Amino acid sequence: MQIIKTDVAIIGAGGSGLRAAIEIAENYPQLDVALISKVYPMRSHTVAAEGGAAGVVQDSDSLDQHFDDTVSGGDWLCEQDVVQYFVENAAKQLTQLEHWGCPWSRKADGNINVRAFGGMKKERTWFAADKSGFHILHTLFQTSLKHPKITRFDEHFCLDLVVENNKIQGVVILDIAEGEAKLIQAKSVIMATGGAGRVYTYNTNGGIVTGDGMSLAYRHGVALRDMEFIQYHPTGLPGSGILMTEGCRGEGGVLINKNGYRYLQDYGLGPETPLGQPKNKHMELGPRDKISQCFWQEQQKGNVITGDRGDVVYLDLRHLGETKINERLPFIRELAKAYVGVDPVHEPIPVRPTVHYTMGGITTNAKTETSLTGLYAIGECASVGLHGANRLGSNSLSELAVFGQLAGQQAAEYAQQAEHHTIKPLQEKAQKIIARTEALLHSNGNEKMADIRQEMGDCMEEGVGIYRTQTSMQKTIDKLAELKARYKHININDKSSVFNTEFLYAIELGYLLDTAEAIAHSAIARQESRGSHQRIDEFNTRNDVHFLKHSLAYYQADKAPIIKYSDVTITKSQPAERVYGAASETKEK
Amino acid sequence: MTDKTIEIEILRYRPEQDEKPFPQQFEVPYHPDMSILEALQYIKDHLDSTVSFRWSCRMAICGSCGLMVNNIPKLGCKAFLRDYYPQKVKLEALANFPIERDLIVVMDDFIKKLEEIKPYIIPESDDKCLSEGTYKQTPEQMEKYAKFSMCINCGLCYSACPQYGLDKNFTGPAALALLARYNRDSRDAGSAERMKIVNQEQGVWSCTFVGYCSVVCPKGVDPAAAIQLLKVESSKDYLIGMFKPD
Repeated sequence: MQIIKTDVAIIGAGGSGLRAAIEIAENYPQLDVALISKVYPMRSHTVAAEGGAAGVVQDSDSLDQHFDDTVSGGDWLCEQDVVQYFVENAAKQLTQLEHWGCPWSRKADGNINVRAFGGMKKERTWFAADKSGFHILHTLFQTSLKHPKITRFDEHFCLDLVVENNKIQGVVILDIAEGEAKLIQAKSVIMATGGAGRVYTYNTNGGIVTGDGMSLAYRHGVALRDMEFIQYHPTGLPGSGILMTEGCRGEGGVLINKNGYRYLQDYGLGPETPLGQPKNKHMELGPRDKISQCFWQEQQKGNVITGDRGDVVYLDLRHLGETKINERLPFIRELAKAYVGVDPVHEPIPVRPTVHYTMGGITTNAKTETSLTGLYAIGECASVGLHGANRLGSNSLSELAVFGQLAGQQAAEYAQQAEHHTIKPLQEKAQKIIARTEALLHSNGNEKMADIRQEMGDCMEEGVGIYRTQTSMQKTIDKLAELKARYKHININDKSSVFNTEFLYAIELGYLLDTAEAIAHSAIARQESRGSHQRIDEFNTRNDVHFLKHSLAYYQADKAPIIKYSDVTITKSQPAERVYGAASETKEK
Repeated sequence: MTDKTIEIEILRYRPEQDEKPFPQQFEVPYHPDMSILEALQYIKDHLDSTVSFRWSCRMAICGSCGLMVNNIPKLGCKAFLRDYYPQKVKLEALANFPIERDLIVVMDDFIKKLEEIKPYIIPESDDKCLSEGTYKQTPEQMEKYAKFSMCINCGLCYSACPQYGLDKNFTGPAALALLARYNRDSRDAGSAERMKIVNQEQGVWSCTFVGYCSVVCPKGVDPAAAIQLLKVESSKDYLIGMFKPD
C-alpha cells in the first residue's frame, strides 16, 4: 500500500473543492494539498449548473434584502449568522472568480450583468449565459493548474476516512485505473463531494452524485442535518430529468397547463404578470418548492398534459424571441432540441419537477468545521446552514465560492498547528478498510444491483417526494430497510482491478442507501410542513413551537438512525408568514 | 419500450484477461429517444455488467462519454439510436488514445497538454485587488474568445485529428483552442509566454488544416479556427523576430 503524506486532503474537485485548494495554495504556500476526485475535476457536477450565482451588485439592492430573501426562502430554518456572512462575501467571491477569468455575461458598458431569479426581490444573479456552473468549474480547474503545491489524484475513489484519537488522520483512496489502494495521510480533510440527488429516480443530477461524502461522514458519527429537505426543481425534462434553468423564467419564460392557463396565479403567487414582464417574487419567479408543489396540485386537478414521457406542463419561451434565446439561453435551446425534439423558439418545452438538490448534509458550524476534529465540509454535501428548508436558486454557486474559500483557510490554519500522527495505527486501519473493500468485491449473492437502485429511487419518489404522508414515508422506510438487507447479498460479476465500474457502482449504492435512509427517517420525524417538506396528513402546517429546529440524523449501522434536534440561530429575522405574489407587497407596506 | 430491438457491437478489452480487443454483440430494446449512453446503461444493467464506460451528466456538458460511434467520434449522451436504426451500431473507444479498458481511454496525455498551455489569466501586474471590483470587459471583447471558452475537454477533436494520430507530441486542437481563449481575453497579459508554445514545431505549425476537429466538436468550439488565428499571430511573431532578434 502506497502512503502519501500531505497537509490538507480535499475529497471532491468540483467548485467548492477547487476553490478551497486554490485558497490554500495561494495563501499557505508551505502546505501540501492533495485534491482527490473520482472523476477528472471538470466532470464534477458543478459543470451542469446553468442559471447563475447570487451576489448583491445593484445600487437599488442591499445585503439586507438578499438576507431576507434567503431566510424567508428557507422558511426560517437558516442559520442567520451564516446567511449574514454569506451575503456579505458573495459578490466579493464572485469578483474573485471574475479576476481568474470567469466569463460572466456583461452589460454593454463592460460591467457585470445580473438576471432575475426565483424568490429574489432584486436582480442579483450573475450569469455566464446559461452555462454558469460550467464556466465557474473550468475557470477554477484551470486556475488551480497555476499551483504546483496542489497534487491531483484524478479518478481516485474515496473508500473511507481514517480516524484515530477522535481526529481525522487521512483517507484511503482507490486508484480506479490501477485498482490500487493508497493511504493519504493528512492533518485536515475537506469533504466536498456534492449532493445525493441520485437517490431519486428522476433527477437533474449526474451519475456521480451519489452522496459519497455524506455517507462517509455519517458512518463516522457526524450528524447529517436537515436531510428531509430535498429540492425538486420545477422545470426538468420529462424522462431524463435534464435541467431547464430557472434562468428561463428569470428572462421571462412562463408556465402553462394544458388549457394554456398560467396556473401559478391560483396558488398565492399571482396576480398574473403581463407576458414578457416578469416581476420579482411573483408568478414564475416564486421559489422552487412552491412552484413544484403547484405542479402536483395541477396534476391532481387533471390540468397537466400526459405525454409519452409522463405528465408535464409547458415552459413557454416563445415570446422571448430567437435573438434573446440565443444570447441568454443557448444551452437550453440545444438541450430541448436534442432531448425532447422541441425548439423553444417555436414550441413550448414540456417540463416536470425533478429532484435537484439536497438542502441538508454534513453538519458544520459557521466556519465549515464538523464535529470530527480536522474534518471540514463544504458545498452540497455540507449543511453549513445557509439554505434552511428550501434553497433559493443561484445561492448554491455563490456558496461554493464563499465557503470554499473559508474552508480552505480553516483547514489550512488547522493543518499548520497540527502534527502528523504516527503512521503505524493508521496503516492498520487502512489495511482493514482495504480488506473490507476486497470482501465487497467478492460478493457473490443473488441480488441484482440495478434492481436495488431502481427500487430505491422509485420508493423515494413515492414516499418522500413533493408531498408526504405518515403512511407514504413509513412505506419508504420499510422498503429501504429491505433494500439495505438485500444489498448485503448483491452479486458483483466483475472481479477485475482495472477500471472496475461495476464495483464502484456497488460502493456508491451503499452510500446512496445510507443517505436515503437519513432522508426518510428525518422526514417522518418532522411532524410539520415547512419549505420543501410538505405533508398532506394531519401535519400540513408549519409548527414553530416544536419544529423551528434542525434535524440531526445519527447513523446506527443496521438499525434505524437516531433523529435529534438542534436550535436554529436567529439574529434579526423572527419567523413570519412566508408570502409571495401580491401578499408579499402588502406585507412590505 | 417497443418490441423493436437494435444490434450494438462493442469493442471489448480487459487488459487483465484479453490479449487484444475483440467485438461483442448485444441486442438492445429500441426507442427513438434512447441515446447511445442509455443503450450502454441498459447493457450494463441487464446484459453484461462488466462492460465499462465513463459517463456522468447525460446532457453534453461534463465531457465524460466520448467514444467512436460507427467510426465517428461522438458524445454517447448526444448521439441517438434513431439516427442509426435499423442498422447496427458499432462502438469503440476514442481513436488516437490508448485503450484503458473497453470504451475507456487513457486521458493522461490530453490532460497534460491542457496543463501545459498555461490556461489561466496571467495579469498585467500584480493581482488586481478585489476591492477594485471586476475588470471591465465589453460584450465585443468577450466575443473575441467566447467560442474558445466553450470546450468541455471531451477529447473528440484529438480522436479526429490525423496529425495527433501520427505524432503525439502535437499540442492538438483543444489545448490550442484553450490557449487562444486566454490569449484573446482582454484581462490577460500572458500572450508572449504562451506564444512560445504556439511557435514550437509541435505547436500550431504541426496542424495541416484538415479541419475535422471542428466538424466533430459537440460544442461548436471550432478549434481549427483558433489554430488559424494563432498561425497568424505566430507569423507576426516570426516577422517581428526577424527585425528585432532577442
